[in-house]
Amino acid sequence: MTTQSASAPAASTQPAPPAEAWRGIAAEDIEEVSGKLTTLLRRRSRRLLQDLLRPYKVLSTSILLLVIVANLAALAGPWLVGVGIDRIPELLKSHQAGPLTVVIVAFAASVIVQAVATRYYVWGIGRLGGKVVFELRRRLFVHFLRLPVSFHERYTSGRVISRQVSDIDSISDLFDEGLAALGSASFSLILVGTGMILLDWRLALVVMTGFGPLIWLSAWFRRESAVAYRQTRDTIAKVIVQFVETFGGIKAVQAFRRERRNEDIFGELNEAYTTATRRSMQLLAIFFPGVTLVGNLAIGAVLLYGGYLVIHHEMQLGVLVTFLLYLQRFFDPLIDLSQFYSSFQAAGAALEKISGVLDEPPQVAEPIEPAGLTEAAGGRTVRFDSVSFAYRSAVVLPDLNLTIPAGQTVAIVGATGAGKTTMARLIARLYDPVQGSVRLDGVDLRELSDRTLRREVILITQENFLFSGSIADNIALGKPDATRTEIMAAAAAIGADDFISALPKGYDDEVGKHGSRLSAGQRQLISFARAFIAAPAVLVLDEATSLLDIPSERLVQRALQTILAGRTAVIIAHRLSTVAIADRVLVVRGGRIVEDGPPSQLMAGDGEYSSLHESWQQSLA
Amino acid sequence: MIIAAVIAVTGEIAIPLLTKSVIDTAIKHGSVRQLVPLAIAAMALGAMQAGLNFYRRWVQAGAVTGMERAIRDDLYHHLQVLHAGFHDQWQSGQLLSRATTDLSTIRRFAGFGIVFLITNAWTFLVIVAVLIHLNWWLGLLTGCVFAPVSYLCLRFEKKYGVLSRRAQDQQGDLATYVEEAAGGIRVLKSLGRQREATAQHSAQSQQVYQTQIAKAGLRGAFWASLDVAPNAAIGVVLLFGALAVSWHQLTIGGLVAFVTMTLLLIWPIEATGFIIATGQEAATAAQRIYEILDTEPEITDTPAALQRPALPAASQAGAGHLVFDDVVFRYPGAPEPVLRGLNLELKPGETVALVGATGSGKSTLLQLVPRLADVTGGSITLDGVDIRDLPLAALRARVACAFEDATLFSASVRENVSYGGPEASEEAIMAALAAAQADFVADLPWGADTRIGEQGMALSGGQRQRVALARAILASPQVLLLDDPLSALDVHTEAKVTAALADVLGETTALVVAHRPSTVQLADRVALLSGGVIVAVGSHKELLATEPRYRHLMSADAELPDGGPHDNGLAEPGLASGARR
Repeated sequence: MTTQSASAPAASTQPAPPAEAWRGIAAEDIEEVSGKLTTLLRRRSRRLLQDLLRPYKVLSTSILLLVIVANLAALAGPWLVGVGIDRIPELLKSHQAGPLTVVIVAFAASVIVQAVATRYYVWGIGRLGGKVVFELRRRLFVHFLRLPVSFHERYTSGRVISRQVSDIDSISDLFDEGLAALGSASFSLILVGTGMILLDWRLALVVMTGFGPLIWLSAWFRRESAVAYRQTRDTIAKVIVQFVETFGGIKAVQAFRRERRNEDIFGELNEAYTTATRRSMQLLAIFFPGVTLVGNLAIGAVLLYGGYLVIHHEMQLGVLVTFLLYLQRFFDPLIDLSQFYSSFQAAGAALEKISGVLDEPPQVAEPIEPAGLTEAAGGRTVRFDSVSFAYRSAVVLPDLNLTIPAGQTVAIVGATGAGKTTMARLIARLYDPVQGSVRLDGVDLRELSDRTLRREVILITQENFLFSGSIADNIALGKPDATRTEIMAAAAAIGADDFISALPKGYDDEVGKHGSRLSAGQRQLISFARAFIAAPAVLVLDEATSLLDIPSERLVQRALQTILAGRTAVIIAHRLSTVAIADRVLVVRGGRIVEDGPPSQLMAGDGEYSSLHESWQQSLA
Repeated sequence: MIIAAVIAVTGEIAIPLLTKSVIDTAIKHGSVRQLVPLAIAAMALGAMQAGLNFYRRWVQAGAVTGMERAIRDDLYHHLQVLHAGFHDQWQSGQLLSRATTDLSTIRRFAGFGIVFLITNAWTFLVIVAVLIHLNWWLGLLTGCVFAPVSYLCLRFEKKYGVLSRRAQDQQGDLATYVEEAAGGIRVLKSLGRQREATAQHSAQSQQVYQTQIAKAGLRGAFWASLDVAPNAAIGVVLLFGALAVSWHQLTIGGLVAFVTMTLLLIWPIEATGFIIATGQEAATAAQRIYEILDTEPEITDTPAALQRPALPAASQAGAGHLVFDDVVFRYPGAPEPVLRGLNLELKPGETVALVGATGSGKSTLLQLVPRLADVTGGSITLDGVDIRDLPLAALRARVACAFEDATLFSASVRENVSYGGPEASEEAIMAALAAAQADFVADLPWGADTRIGEQGMALSGGQRQRVALARAILASPQVLLLDDPLSALDVHTEAKVTAALADVLGETTALVVAHRPSTVQLADRVALLSGGVIVAVGSHKELLATEPRYRHLMSADAELPDGGPHDNGLAEPGLASGARR
């Protein structure tokens, strides 16, 4: 326990907080946001929002117009009522209902216009929101797929999910609840404000004095809620991670009676999220009534001053009445506006997170001008050109030079941590080298488009992830346009045919969640079939046969012998039975190749391979 | 809280009445002396209204978030109790969207909707009452204008309910796809299937979008009609109010108050649209959550188990006698059972290797012992007691397992190893790690405190298996179930683990699924599973000599003739039907 402290990164001096000790220590927990960063985050998320809204100029403009029309119509109401009331004394004297009827008809017209406009702007906003959220979902998904494996190892699937589920939700809410309010509220605010000034500037001035406290209140709310909402985003992500992990591994949870402890942990995370949500609601509890208070005091003040003016015959009663009605319409939108502001702040916190992901450069970036590859019939040459690679500051490959001629089958053996998997991942460009280059027929992998690369190189690992859907769907993942015959031929080639045919629905059998209805060996066979149907020029197998039992492994090996003909293959296996089909064996230690030669030659020697082979033989007894 | 809300609303309504007084008394009489106290009263009412709103919201913040938390805790608890079969059937994204999206929908409704529903109904009633008081026939007339609104609401509610259920289900499906893509990211990337995955994601996302649009359309139509109602009322008031004034049944001040009051109805009526919409969404969300909470766990303590006296201590010598008696197991919905009357006896302290073709039901058999699934026929007994008659916790304390997929959680190595018993001592944890040959742990940056699992250090397959093995060893069970525990280990490590395991297994009854001769060496006896039954039991050598099916499974000889199965003529049908289901 004392030795590793020397090799530990600097962060190891910070002990894990006691409440979260179970979580263990990892280097990338530093996610705190400093003051300067806040401005940056805000700018970044605003840019994203603008970018998302840009294509919908026409839709946004029509919504805006409809909102204006609806508001104008709604505002005509109080004005017409005022006019109507002023007509009443006239009516009393003359008993002529004509002028009043005109007013009422105009009023009816304004109501209908308002209703029609409302119907369409609500629908329009729904459309706009739907489109923007759709686009955001798409972008986020595409970007997650483009980000390198090393990003995913750091970011983890729980947070990837959280970004795409929970954070998107709160942006969706912004459109559902906030945007309609924003449009109508800000417009009616301007209109009513102007109307009030035109009606009587003195009373308007009384109302405007209320703005001082409002601005102060909003500034306070903005500052506080940004922190609070960010907190909710962070805490819900942790809740989601725990949730996803628990039910992903439910069998282990139940078998080891982990339920109680999990409940404690989940309870803590849930509590943290609750506290964050409560805090944001409490801020609203101060903010909204604050706005109401200012509004109500303004009404009182207007009543006082306006009454005074009317008494002194400096103003007509009808004007005061209209003014009071307007005032009602002035502060209601202000509440709506606050509501929007709050939704915006909530969405803003989510946008911060999402824009952060979208700004993450896809380290394994697409070349601007992808290089082409010539047609190749017999596989392709793979070359490591002075490649060095480090994983989390630990050097895995110091300086690797290796050429694998087209069509050769190479086996890589060596102890755990020797760098075999890294080599495999470099060939498949899941990682990029820190220095040097990996080349396919002389072309740097970084100059190939992803599409080309994935057609040429396929990596199969132990991680035999199946997607929900049928077995045929999962095999066809290797070649989306594959016919049923091709799919069955691929399965037959690697010996998966027998068990698939024995299933109730054969190739159409649903594999269940993450392939839970199949055994690990069966899943592995499907992922083999998946790779074979893709027919790449270079095939990389990283411990791909370790989960197979002996008969299956035998079938796969026999299949490999035919399938690997005319392809370049790199096989990593601790079971040397797989190595038997190789033309050449590399023994790797500490990221360097220490032995290199045909298996028979190495076996005859007295190097590492021959001793490995000897103990392998013994284990078969 | 609701009282505060109701009082606040009443205060809001009282302000126009004060306005009426101002116009009718102070202004009419031209008296500033009367004006001032009335205006101050209006301000005081306004302040009170704001204060009560603050109180209501503040209290609510605690209550509503507390409720959300309690339901989420309940949901998590219940899901943990539900049997593994349930989790196989349910898409994880659907569960997740219930625990997040649905719950916050409910929270939002409980936070704002319910209160507004009550206060709005109250506002409506009070205003109509005041209107009737001001002028009874005009008040009644105004009230009647709102009658169609309730019919509209009912119709909207029904339609909107269908749509919001669809939307929430579609969102759950989308969450599932997102979750799968996140989990299978390496597969998608290494096959270069980004474009196809994006297309599928877009298609699902498109469905969500379509439903959202349909919802927005419905909402727009509904809200628009709600806009009309109060305005129509105002028109009516204006028309008939003028008549009333001309008949001297109403003062002008009274008419102003009347109109102002009717205007106050706009917001509650308009808001009803929003409230009903969110209420409907919340109802659907609640329905979706109850679907889970109402699912009964299939695997629970039987009454007999609950009445059992205390069990013998886990380490008691001579215990751990495990008998499979005519065990039948059929997966739900599968036409054929996987296990068809399997018999096997493990004596206390004995280690038996279980060998069978891929998909023959070995893993299934292992899962039956800790009751991750229950037998569909026959029984399993531990020390003579049917395992269904043991308390679940006691059974799982006596049985430990390591499955073929080594499940690690995002937590420290220590936490992962002491998974079931957080009270385990440091020495015990270290000893278990040592026995599993997990010495690599010491080389991790923070030793046993290093976070592993998905969110931590990436471990290789062999390393993962050793941590999972240490977990099973630490549990010091009477019965140890290992599902091909060494498949990802290299030859050297495998030999070391085998040696260490031999020590650990001394006192423990163990059932070990083996794909390799090296793993079989751990066992005292070997049982061959084929066609859902144990067809042969014996030592490795015996079975190699007598059982062609066993030879087929265990012989590493790659030169075995292609037609191996044909050579063994009669034996082979058993193998073929051994394929799962």
